[in-house]
Amino acid sequence: MTISESQVGPISEGGMFGKPVPRIDGRLKVTGAACYPSDTPMEDTAHAYLVTSAIARGKIKAFHLEDAKAVDGVLDILTWENMKGKVRSVRFFAGGGYASSTIMPMSSSKIWHAGQIIAVVIAESFEAAREAAYKVGVDYAVNKPKAGFDESRPQPRPMTNPLTRSDPATGDAEKAFAAAPVKIEAYYSTPTQHHNAIELFSTTCVWSGDQLTIYEPSQYVHGLKNGVARQLGIKPDKVRIISPFVGGGFGGKAALTARTAFIALAAQRLNRPVKLVATRKQAYTVSNFRAETQHLIKLGAESNGQLTSLSHEGWEVSSRPDEYKVAGTETTAVLYACPNIATRVNVIHADRSTPGFMRSPAEVPYIFAIESAMDELAVALHMDPVELRRINDTQINPITDAPYSSRALMTCYDTAAKAFGWASRNPVPGSMTDGDWLIGWGCATSCYPTNVAPAEAKVTLAPNGSVRVQSAGHDIGTGAYTALAITAAEFLGVPLERVSVELGDSTLPPAPVAGGSNATASICNAVADACKELRHRLVTAAVASNGPMHGLDRDMITFSDGQLRAPDGQSETLMAASARLGFGPIEAHAKYMPEIASKTIKLVGNAMLGKGLPIMASGTSAGDHIQYAFGAEFVEVRVHRRTREIRAPRIVGAFAAGRIISPTTARSQLMGGLIWGISAALHEATEMDHRFARYVNDDLAEYMVPVNADIQDVEVIFVPEDDTKVNALGIKGLGELGNVGTNAAVANAVYHATGQRIRDLPIRLENLL
Amino acid sequence: MRPFSYQRVDSVSAAVQAGRIDANGHLDAPVQFLAGGTTLLDLMKLDVMRPQRIVDINPLETSLSDIAVESGDVRLGALARMSDVADHPAIRKDFPVIAQSLKLAASAQLRNMASLGGNVLQRTRCTYFRDVSWASCNKRIPGSGCAALEGVNRKHAVLGTSENCIATYPGDFAQALLALDATVDIAGVQGDRTIAFRDLHVKPGETPHVETTLLPGEIITAFRIAGEPWMKRSLYLKIRDRESYEFAIASAAVALDLQDGIVRQVRIAIGGMATVPWRSEEAEAVLTGKPLDEERARQAAQAAFAAARGRGENAFKPELGRETLVRALLEAATLEF
Ligand SMILES: Cc1cc2nc3c(=O)[nH]c(=O)nc-3n(C[C@H](O)[C@H](O)[C@H](O)COP(=O)(O)OP(=O)(O)OC[C@H]3O[C@@H](n4cnc5c(N)ncnc54)[C@H](O)[C@@H]3O)c2cc1C
Ligand code: SF4
Repeated sequence: MTISESQVGPISEGGMFGKPVPRIDGRLKVTGAACYPSDTPMEDTAHAYLVTSAIARGKIKAFHLEDAKAVDGVLDILTWENMKGKVRSVRFFAGGGYASSTIMPMSSSKIWHAGQIIAVVIAESFEAAREAAYKVGVDYAVNKPKAGFDESRPQPRPMTNPLTRSDPATGDAEKAFAAAPVKIEAYYSTPTQHHNAIELFSTTCVWSGDQLTIYEPSQYVHGLKNGVARQLGIKPDKVRIISPFVGGGFGGKAALTARTAFIALAAQRLNRPVKLVATRKQAYTVSNFRAETQHLIKLGAESNGQLTSLSHEGWEVSSRPDEYKVAGTETTAVLYACPNIATRVNVIHADRSTPGFMRSPAEVPYIFAIESAMDELAVALHMDPVELRRINDTQINPITDAPYSSRALMTCYDTAAKAFGWASRNPVPGSMTDGDWLIGWGCATSCYPTNVAPAEAKVTLAPNGSVRVQSAGHDIGTGAYTALAITAAEFLGVPLERVSVELGDSTLPPAPVAGGSNATASICNAVADACKELRHRLVTAAVASNGPMHGLDRDMITFSDGQLRAPDGQSETLMAASARLGFGPIEAHAKYMPEIASKTIKLVGNAMLGKGLPIMASGTSAGDHIQYAFGAEFVEVRVHRRTREIRAPRIVGAFAAGRIISPTTARSQLMGGLIWGISAALHEATEMDHRFARYVNDDLAEYMVPVNADIQDVEVIFVPEDDTKVNALGIKGLGELGNVGTNAAVANAVYHATGQRIRDLPIRLENLL
Repeated sequence: MRPFSYQRVDSVSAAVQAGRIDANGHLDAPVQFLAGGTTLLDLMKLDVMRPQRIVDINPLETSLSDIAVESGDVRLGALARMSDVADHPAIRKDFPVIAQSLKLAASAQLRNMASLGGNVLQRTRCTYFRDVSWASCNKRIPGSGCAALEGVNRKHAVLGTSENCIATYPGDFAQALLALDATVDIAGVQGDRTIAFRDLHVKPGETPHVETTLLPGEIITAFRIAGEPWMKRSLYLKIRDRESYEFAIASAAVALDLQDGIVRQVRIAIGGMATVPWRSEEAEAVLTGKPLDEERARQAAQAAFAAARGRGENAFKPELGRETLVRALLEAATLEF
């Protein structure tokens, strides 16, 4: 049923939205009581250890398993020879299926990429499994692999019309570029990166008859459940996924990986629980990653700064069989007002595992390129970079003319600039110093589309007045538990402590993948709908002939402090009202459909959600408008005059992301994003030995990330924004907003400090020597 | 990790007896001493080191972990923990280069565990060495080739390399010992001996798997420094990719005897750049007897890296090394105490 606004009263009545409260699961986490999937106590568990390929391309000629089998405690060894045909193929996630890759390890002797799973050793203990895994001998037939890009600067292709439909374009960018009085033309690149969530990729499978329970950290329990069921040829209702806590996902735990089915089969063969915790090193190849990208940007402008031409060609790397691309031109093409725009995205296939989502997949690399180029343009124009953004700000999509539902980019810039002290910046590179340190200040735009997905939630009011929220959504550290509890407390007017939230279990009402920053918007709306239905029933009971508010106008009744309240001062507890509705708990199950959903999604969205298929209404094309969250980021870097170490001691971000449900956790999200942005700009890169197409720094000792001492002042500012076009609650997702602009802001600051324009990430001291 | 036997010893002579199994060099011996274990256990878990027997020398802590500064001379027991030495007031005051090199290394947890003896014997961070799935690494498998020569080698050495190995000696403390001309006390089957610290490590040459001059079973018992008042004017400058918890991409240990602006004596050691802890007498010669200014510091840095050879990704290192040394020398010259 749908209930109109007037029946539930104003949103702010419960007073919980926007109130900073501590993370409700925080205590569990800091005391170690939060049970992550691999922590689940279990009797009689056998332990699995993966053996992965040391070559990137070729075949396995033979295994030598004698030594491994001889290790005390070894129970079973899976290889392609006994696994062939045991796992059915499922479709690629990015193509509307379940799998993070269509590569099926151990289905044959073929090797698609280095680090591919080639054997699974199961033993009584982790140590025995590891020892035996080290003793697995493999003979390979090796072919020379292709590692990625062949050249550091790929050749552009002429952007002649008609471009493919998926490449946004308008006007004649080449002609306008040729005629522009001020131009920038440059290549940019971003490196391979890995999520490196602290929680490793684990899977524990337990069979009970034909019922399979899987404990696995997941950003999409319904996807995992349905995907594994298909792979194993069993009914989805025979599979349950339990993943109450996820120790960081960042996109790496969103889609079905190959490991799960093997562990399920191992558990079946041994008829006992089998647990796998893949190693840190293996984490670089058993799930997905952010592939390296290249960009050619051409900007043309009038001497007053107005853009006349913008073209963005991107190159990305994918695996041999899968066409994965992030194609951030969808966003860079609509960022600024410009009459002539051309874009193209090219995919290069190599002997690599299939890349996939990693926090702000499309925006991070593509915005780095365009926002670096904008800074270069500002320098060429002798213009303040903030002013250049103001001149080219737009409230409409420059290609389709569709309006932004709201866009507070310049308010973000002005707010952050003020907090940062931007006005005192001397624009001359190298002009600001502190002893032997050169100081640089830079800024850039952040943005992220406001995606919303169908979602279901059940809210139950117990006879004792406590409220239970259930949805198969996920808290991947983002604060979903807290945001959903706040939502229920807001609408039912109960204290937060009375609300409990259950997530991360595939037996709960289906919810979308925790990706694309859609979860808060989608599931909070579902929870709100369920609460509204409960309110409706409680109000009905209160105004009924036997109720204390009989005869009163139902629209005037409000919910606060665990009471229904009438304007005349009368009140009744939720408990009393619910008791009149009958014995036991009362519950409401809501199926939220995004307001911006297309006809197709409205038609099939609920069914697809139930099947765990990816379904989302994208902010990049929300019917008659487009919807994005925006931000502006300002960074200070310091570069030593002699030895050129680069440090980023100060960063300020101002963000406009609609209604902020839970400011504490939202701030953490944005702060984490800003820190990750500094990390990506200055530290992170998965390095590859191109001769072998193998990673060399695949552990946390060698894969650089900042430590505490690198991060000092991080300031997050929320710019108020009211936008109910995006969805009923006016929420814009912000999980992926924080790290989008940071790369460019840092690079722009490095330019300001040194006069050196570094267009390839990460920026390291050798680039400045 | 593979099965191994574990033995505790309660005397140096018992340790030496237990360790005397013949092997090709010391560090790949089938018997390994266990001090803090932060290098050894790490490499065992990675399957790089595969000792059959572990001899735990921690029971010797009572006799081998002294930190003694007497009439200017220093004796540091091999089992003294990095953190204890770094925090020792007399070391901090009179030999700042030691305290700094230790404090800037690893993390607090590691420094609490790790011993000085184990520290100087820590092994390279070359990833082709640390990951056994790489087929070519002369240090791990003699004669198998060196994957780093043409591979990912940004962090590899530019000094003291050979065609067989370009792995960087990763530690920090060793440079401090060089800059203070330390000696090493060693106990062995043949009896005790003392050598200059600079003679402990050997360049890779034809045999990268041999890293030190220690004989099988030999155990380091202490490091000694003949202290001088001017060693107060010493420092350790560590350049790294992040602010903490990271090995040096370049470093310089400098001890300077400066009187009236003239360099009476100077000792210079360079880290993060060489296959072994690297003393630069060439640079010292440029400075000795001369006034120390930026120009002279630059000449010294030129001399220090005259023989440096980069390949591929580490081609920037000689220049970084020079800048590091210039900065360290000028900072040492302005120290006040
Ligand atoms: C993550 C990480 C970061 C690090 N960062 C740094 C850094 O920034 N700078 C730095 O300098 N170091 C760094 N280290 C290295 C660390 O300092 C060394 O691992 C440590 O000092 C080794 O000491 P230990 O007592 O633990 O040695 P162990 O691991 O116990 O022993 C190492 C080796 O020395 C042998 N051995 C030990 N004691 C003796 C002895 N008395 N006589 C003869 N042989 C002996 C052992 O048999 C073994 O082969 C880092 C290590 C890690 C794991
Ligand atoms: S540099 Fe040395 S340690 Fe590294 S691969 Fe070559 S031989 Fe092995």
